Amino acid sequence: MIDQVPLTHILFLSTALFFIGAYGFLTRRNMITMLMSVELILNSVNINLVAFNRYLHPNIDGVIFTLFIIAIAAAEAAVAIAIIISLYRKINSIDPEQADELKY
Amino acid sequence: MTAYQIWFYIIASMILGGALLAVTARKIFRAAIALLVSLIGIAALYYWMHYEFIAAVQTIVYVGGIVVLIIFSIFLTHNPGHTIEEPVSIREAFAFTGCFAGFAFVFSLLNRYSFEQTGDGLNHTMQVADVGRALLSTGSGSYLLPFEAVSLLLLAAMVGCIVIAIKIRTK
Repeated sequence: MIDQVPLTHILFLSTALFFIGAYGFLTRRNMITMLMSVELILNSVNINLVAFNRYLHPNIDGVIFTLFIIAIAAAEAAVAIAIIISLYRKINSIDPEQADELKY
Repeated sequence: MTAYQIWFYIIASMILGGALLAVTARKIFRAAIALLVSLIGIAALYYWMHYEFIAAVQTIVYVGGIVVLIIFSIFLTHNPGHTIEEPVSIREAFAFTGCFAGFAFVFSLLNRYSFEQTGDGLNHTMQVADVGRALLSTGSGSYLLPFEAVSLLLLAAMVGCIVIAIKIRTK
């Protein structure tokens, strides 16, 4: 059954996923791939919540939190892509370093 | 090693391999497909933990919604076969060092802490009816107000997206 895999292994998995996402967010120079990295980070948090719910807390609170995070991530991705497309129309590029109109 | 453990490590390597490819691939379309693999792996992990409802929601919203949205926006803003710019090497070194140090720190903390299991956490089953009841009732342990707030947020996000991305036609 599930107790053959300890909880810490699932937490190692979500930690690795979080820092892979953070690495991608810091190094990418393209807004769409930065958005993908943010999705990875949000998913690592979801894995944590669901695993704690399964192993430590015999209730459904973690599942409900996960549902809310998924809904908010969907809204965030839609707004981010609308902003990216609008920015692409304006400056013809989605490199975040070229979007410096508010800087000066 | 039992089949249960073997499945877990297969799923974990699928998630981490997909995520690594998604943040390092030089072709943006390949990065999107690797993200798809990673998200399907996460849905499989939920299924492995016997949360079939969350696995279905993950598949529908992420795989069917967000990845398709990302692929659409790639096709709207890139030529096919576009190669992403190399990251700035000094920034890449700093990001790698920082992320590796953070991972090592959290890893050592998790190794030192032993999680005590409470109740019959491993054997409880989740009925979808319980989720529905918790989302749509008032009182302790129920989430009616956040549910309504999320529905308002989704409406506001939808209207906001249309306002931001609409192309105003000038005569």
